Amino acid sequence: MTPLAQLIEAALFSASRPLTVEELQVLDPDATLADVRAALAQLRDHYDFDGHGVELKELAGGYQVLTRPAFAAAIERAQIAVRTPKLTAAALETLAVIAYRQPVGRAEIEEIRGVSAGGVLRSLQERGLIEVVGRSEALGRPLLYGTTSKFLELLGLGDLAELPRAEELSVALQPPRPAAPETADAAAYVPAES
Amino acid sequence: MAVSLIAPTAPAPPTAALGAGPGFVVQLETFAGPLDLLLHLIREEQIDISDIPIARIADQFLQVIHDLGLNQAADYLDMAGRLLRIKAQMLLPRRADEEGWEDPRHELVRRLLEYQQIREIADWMERMAERQADHHARGYLPPPPELPPPPLTLDLLELLQAVERVIAGIPPSVLHQVVPRPLDVEGATRRIEGLLAERESFGWLEALGPRPTIVEVLSTLLALLELARRGVLRLFQPASFAPMVITRDTARPAD
Repeated sequence: MTPLAQLIEAALFSASRPLTVEELQVLDPDATLADVRAALAQLRDHYDFDGHGVELKELAGGYQVLTRPAFAAAIERAQIAVRTPKLTAAALETLAVIAYRQPVGRAEIEEIRGVSAGGVLRSLQERGLIEVVGRSEALGRPLLYGTTSKFLELLGLGDLAELPRAEELSVALQPPRPAAPETADAAAYVPAES
Repeated sequence: MAVSLIAPTAPAPPTAALGAGPGFVVQLETFAGPLDLLLHLIREEQIDISDIPIARIADQFLQVIHDLGLNQAADYLDMAGRLLRIKAQMLLPRRADEEGWEDPRHELVRRLLEYQQIREIADWMERMAERQADHHARGYLPPPPELPPPPLTLDLLELLQAVERVIAGIPPSVLHQVVPRPLDVEGATRRIEGLLAERESFGWLEALGPRPTIVEVLSTLLALLELARRGVLRLFQPASFAPMVITRDTARPAD
């Protein structure tokens, strides 16, 4: 491996989160972004073809060295690392709404799910999977939520574009209403009057 | 035609398998919400989602929330109300060629489809998260284990010195004997009134009397304050920290 690839390997090893190409470029002032990408490709090939227990994964807009799935069970059995706990159905549904409608307010989330969302939003925030990204212009200026890079890490996604698109889902649905700031209106359900 | 709005009379055999029991918290976890329950009913009955027999589904919905004891959960009651409203609207007579009639179920169907889509995404996300959980990142820091204490190596002198230090650190124990010493405000009041009857004015020390105990001091002070409040006397302090001077209050006649 080139010295740059070795340097990047060391940096990725020392980090506990995905590092972006830009962050890795800072390691060597002489390296261009292209150099960094080439070194990353070399590192990935090194892990993939020389028989390693770890692999280089593209995650949340960056790169991270992760253990291969084949060893997960043994590592967990030996209690060397703990498996990420599963999310509840309520948490997953709320995350799904936020991922697709962000920035989105609490009223719209509750309207779509049909249940109050306060507790779930708080625990998702505590786990760092969502964050407040602004305030709506609607009455009361409610908080608007969005997903974080930790959310992408949780699902193993490179970015939000990797979420399945609406037309890939089996459930047909007219295009979602524009991610409306007037979510307060949406909360007041008015059945069609004849 | 009499329309009963609360009519959970229709038998709901498919929901019997859900199990009914006391305590709605546990049961709530069976469904992620009223829409989830509604979808469950529709799937059980194999109904076309765009043509829901609203009367039957509304009755079943009520039956299930009754059976599961969900009727304490506002979200479910809210949905039950909407269903009954749609049911009522469907019962209203209308002409077949009526212009501008909109199916009252339309909004519900839209929400159900939207929710179904969210559920599908949530399931996909769960699978992705489960797959990703097979990868462990570096930087996982387990809580540091409790280190076993290192074996003690010390001689007698060090041990004695350590004992000395520990003993020196113990604060001397302060023991209080608690004895009941009830305040005697009435007695003090009588004494002060006696003094006031004799003299126009007297000092704090005189009011206390000879060799007062702490309880007597407190009783006297409380009696003075009470008498001053009632307008029997006035309290005056000629200088800072000087003894109070007690004067008969002549401006207001004592009652």
